[in-house]
Amino acid sequence: MCGSFVRCSALRTGPDVNPHSGTLPSPRDYSRREFCQAAVGVVVFFSMNPGPFLGHVAPGQLPLDLETNKRLDSWLRINPDGTVEVFTGKVEYGQGAITALAQIAADELDVNFERIRMRPADTSHSPDESYTAGSASIEVGGGALRYAAADARATLLEMAAAKMRAPTGSLTVDDGVITTSAAAGRVTYWELASKGLLARDVRSGIPLKPNSSRHIVGTSVPRLDIPAKVTGGEAYVQDMRLPGMLFGRVVRPPSYGAQLTAFDDVSAKAMPGVVTVVRNGRFLGVVARREEQAIAARAALQRAAVWTMPTELPDEASIAAFFRNSADAQVTTVSSRSPSVTAPMAVRTLRATYSKPYLAHASIGPSCAIAAVEDGVLTIWSHTQGAYPLRTDIAVVMGLPLGKVRIVHAQGSGCYGHNGADDVALDAALLSRAAGGAPVKVQWMRDDEFAWEPFGGAMSIDVQASVAADGSITDWQYDVWSNSFNMRPGQRGGVNLLAAWHLAQPFQHSPPREIPLPSGGADRNAVPYYDFPSQRITEHFLPTMPVRVSAHRSLGAFGNVFAVESFMDELAHSAGADPVEFRLRHLTDDRAKAVIRSVADRAKWRSGAKGDGARGRGIAFLRYESTKTYVAVIADIVVDRESNAIRVERITAAADSGLIITPDGISNQLEGAIIQGASWALKERVRFDRQRVTSRDWNSYPILTFSELPEIDIVLLNRPDLPPLGAGEAALPPVPAAIANAFFHATGRRLRDLPFDRDRVKAALA
Amino acid sequence: MPQPFRLNVNGAEHTVTAEGDTPLLYVLRNDLGLNAPKFGCGLGQCGACTALLNGAAIRTCLFPVSGVGNASVVTLEGLGTIEKPHALQRAFIAEQAAQCGYCINGMIMTAKAFLDHNPHPTAAAIRQALAENLCRCGTHVRIVRAVQRAANGT
Ligand code: FES
Ligand code: FES
Repeated sequence: MCGSFVRCSALRTGPDVNPHSGTLPSPRDYSRREFCQAAVGVVVFFSMNPGPFLGHVAPGQLPLDLETNKRLDSWLRINPDGTVEVFTGKVEYGQGAITALAQIAADELDVNFERIRMRPADTSHSPDESYTAGSASIEVGGGALRYAAADARATLLEMAAAKMRAPTGSLTVDDGVITTSAAAGRVTYWELASKGLLARDVRSGIPLKPNSSRHIVGTSVPRLDIPAKVTGGEAYVQDMRLPGMLFGRVVRPPSYGAQLTAFDDVSAKAMPGVVTVVRNGRFLGVVARREEQAIAARAALQRAAVWTMPTELPDEASIAAFFRNSADAQVTTVSSRSPSVTAPMAVRTLRATYSKPYLAHASIGPSCAIAAVEDGVLTIWSHTQGAYPLRTDIAVVMGLPLGKVRIVHAQGSGCYGHNGADDVALDAALLSRAAGGAPVKVQWMRDDEFAWEPFGGAMSIDVQASVAADGSITDWQYDVWSNSFNMRPGQRGGVNLLAAWHLAQPFQHSPPREIPLPSGGADRNAVPYYDFPSQRITEHFLPTMPVRVSAHRSLGAFGNVFAVESFMDELAHSAGADPVEFRLRHLTDDRAKAVIRSVADRAKWRSGAKGDGARGRGIAFLRYESTKTYVAVIADIVVDRESNAIRVERITAAADSGLIITPDGISNQLEGAIIQGASWALKERVRFDRQRVTSRDWNSYPILTFSELPEIDIVLLNRPDLPPLGAGEAALPPVPAAIANAFFHATGRRLRDLPFDRDRVKAALA
Repeated sequence: MPQPFRLNVNGAEHTVTAEGDTPLLYVLRNDLGLNAPKFGCGLGQCGACTALLNGAAIRTCLFPVSGVGNASVVTLEGLGTIEKPHALQRAFIAEQAAQCGYCINGMIMTAKAFLDHNPHPTAAAIRQALAENLCRCGTHVRIVRAVQRAANGT
């Protein structure tokens, strides 16, 4: 049944596998029999020495998120009806996190997967796990949940042992049924379950099940959220309807700094269905009985508002110069290494400059929230990535104590970082308050989302390297200029919600702070994973943000890996070396070498193969955040010299993200990241003039379409005995360098500025 | 002035009261309580709001309720349910062809109209048929495979 796109292969190697990719021997048949097990190209198993991970901690310690949320019943509850409720502070936004967490809980508890009921994050009772971001849901959230499940299981076994008068060591569990080898009889979790059973703090020193006894982790369980999403179920906050619910829309200024000089709302107030019009400073909004009435009133208010727009934005074409001339740059050497005395002599020095534009999250569904006052508590249903941090900022703006604000997670459209989700939650709160606390659903219009979401920051990068006579790199100097990639709500020293800045009594955003390495923000993956005898990596962190920016999938890694991997290709070429061999030569980590070799094998990379002026192939590699998933990709492209378009024909990728919880889930995430990466690389760039953002719809911000779709072929390197590493972002950053390197291979010309649109291709070929 | 409209949606007759120029999308979602057609752009650019009008795919964000007349409207809910999914819905589940899933209504409804006239398409023809539907999550390869699977009846 393999389709033509992701090429399938039943090839597998290593222990404990059957010829269906994605299935370890599994105790049961998941309800969706037709679930495609062949979506993953190839899974290669490695077995290494087991290491402690996913909930394993030093004696006397607890996993990170449990330290701060110790109550066991805030994580899970065992119910007499035979179900297990799991509460997590992590949220689903299409990445499959909730299903993977359910797998972890079921496995550790020894219950069937179908018994797990995942409950959405809710600040009234869920553990506070801050943001769901950075591909850390499984590493951190999964580790805490696994440990909590182990404690719950141990508790149940202790009770069963007492009841059955049998030693705990004689007990075994199968789907919640406890039996003992010492006597006849059995008892189930569901019989032992009682209210308050887990109403205590988690204990330290709880042993976890051995990795070898996992049955569900490692298998491709169908995602829990998909059936509702393909049948019109209530799957999103957009689909929620509360009794008496009204519809709100906001009327944003036409530009960041626009000031309202005249506003006549008389006619809008008289429009059919309009309940109220809100003006507070330059925050404007309307509440109506019907959605189309709110939209019509918004249009009327847009016509009735008179604004002055300052000339406040830098010239889009010279953003790099604007950054480099910035007076308040915070310059930090984030990594430096001095040459050893034995380092070879440099014979040649190369330099290049790269750039990345502002990029939009551009969610398909504009951001949406519902707010209502229930029993004096402001309750907001939101697709935020961080319910608790959002609650903090909402409480400040609304002048409420934390206990009077409740944020409940409900899914939205995919966000890929910090989009308008949090902002629209405050919009809904303000409009609900204006409507006397009635439930108000607010969804942004398309142009609200494009013009006002926080973008992924533009970047400018200089890199210089010296090479020895044999082509090996002796010294690497790297400078990156960019803004913050983390202006999310809930930070010290300000409020990071859009409407708060527009109120008559405005709030200020928090001071931008860089995220420390190894995670990093603008400098994420600025430090190459290669071993150079000498290097210096310098970050120029720019606190002034002329264009609104925040977290965008992979943060600075996208620009940095583009520069690092493009330049590695330039250096390989100047050394007359094969790009694959050249990378291997500068790496010592075997896992890094393994992904590069795997992708080269899979794509049948031939050293010395020549591009023909139109066709070319290029490779790029990263280890995400220097500590997480390894990815290597090879892009095969065709350059159309008539239209100056690059067509990406195929992207082959190999990834090692440690233990794979859900092979098909990882594959889905990697495919998505690769396609999004190709879209960013080939087409995307937020446009603005000196006054305002001009990308306001899908025509002015085009993304990759089905007609431009590459084939994708993925090899997963499974490491069942190594910690699972987040993979949702890791495949994006290597894509543009692989394409640019393929372009060089085809044409002998370099593309050093993203995106590679027709103008850039034309200029490169001129 | 608001006026009553008789609509045939998913095989049942409904009467709704709305302005004639109200986009069908809001009537389907808010008057009839249907979840599947989604607001994505309101501009006819993304396809998230797609439903069928006499079997043809339309963008309900731009289509006025007054334009429906006697035509029959079918939404994703009208194809099948979780318990009895349509072949396309089954195929999307089987292929796990969704990330956030917000675009998927448009993908399935556009594919339904297409397959009704082209029961055995090539992958290239499917990509062509979906060329005006946007997906931001990069689920494209799975979507094409799901449509192929449905067409193959596997
Ligand atoms: S919402 Fe109708 S085409 Fe985008
Ligand atoms: S699956 Fe998220 S937009 Fe397509």
